[in-house]
Amino acid sequence: MTVETDSVSEVPVDVAADLPEDADQWTAKLRHAAVEALPPQRLMPDRQPAYVASWIYVFGVLTLAALAVVIVTGSVLSIFGPTWWHVSSTGLFVNSLHLWSVEVFFFAMVVHLWGKFFMAAWRGRRRATWITGVVSFVVSVGAAFTGYLSQQNFDSQWISTQAKDGINSTGAGAIFNVTNFGQMLMWHIMLLPLVVVALVGLHVLLVRRRGVVPPFDLPNQHEVVVDPGNLTTATAANLEDQS
Amino acid sequence: MPGSAVATLLGSLINLNGSGHYIHWGFIQISVANVILIGLMIVVFIAAILIPFHRRGGR
Repeated sequence: MTVETDSVSEVPVDVAADLPEDADQWTAKLRHAAVEALPPQRLMPDRQPAYVASWIYVFGVLTLAALAVVIVTGSVLSIFGPTWWHVSSTGLFVNSLHLWSVEVFFFAMVVHLWGKFFMAAWRGRRRATWITGVVSFVVSVGAAFTGYLSQQNFDSQWISTQAKDGINSTGAGAIFNVTNFGQMLMWHIMLLPLVVVALVGLHVLLVRRRGVVPPFDLPNQHEVVVDPGNLTTATAANLEDQS
Repeated sequence: MPGSAVATLLGSLINLNGSGHYIHWGFIQISVANVILIGLMIVVFIAAILIPFHRRGGR
């Protein structure tokens, strides 16, 4: 046995990852479960089923793109602070980008929601995909609401004083004070973005796991399903099996 | 300044000064801006269904 073969660097990664004595470790179990649920070809597919070729399928990705702009512009606003975004031209521009990307985010998300509702996109074991989308929408409304409360202008004053009675009537006002700027800002830039990003990430992973819902009339048709490395002509029953 | 010129041009098209415009229908009250936005979403939704999506190379 040479020094080279004893070297750790000579052990192939796949072999090192699947040593029998490590099979009971939680890392190995988690890795196997993750790869089984989301193999790389499914996680990042090169092709989609033919029925995805419609503009109505664009709005989910458009929502994601808008969310990315929201996160990036929000991060820039966090770096420089309120004095910058209220006073300087660049700050006002980034602040406006943040606002209008939120508008695009909700616009695209609502069209996406309508499209998926009329497709009954919860079919074929896709309930979790639908539910994570709905909860993402609700939490996003909260994130936008706390954002409007954080504007530090007459609009935010008006919204907070109007909202406090509604919030107080639910009993939540004791711990969620909409007139407390610091608390609303923390919810807006820390807690709610974490939840939104986590839920949207889970939503996207579930879309990759279960696939895009087929059209209603597919069960009576043969549809060409292009799967990387496995080019097949599949029926809807096969589609259900794959999901 | 170019910025103020653009603001003047847009301001002449849409007057954002003063109180907002609202539609009242019974207990329903909604701003004109929101009605326009909802109408635009419906138009985009219908267009997304009707306008053909050209696939590249039969993909």
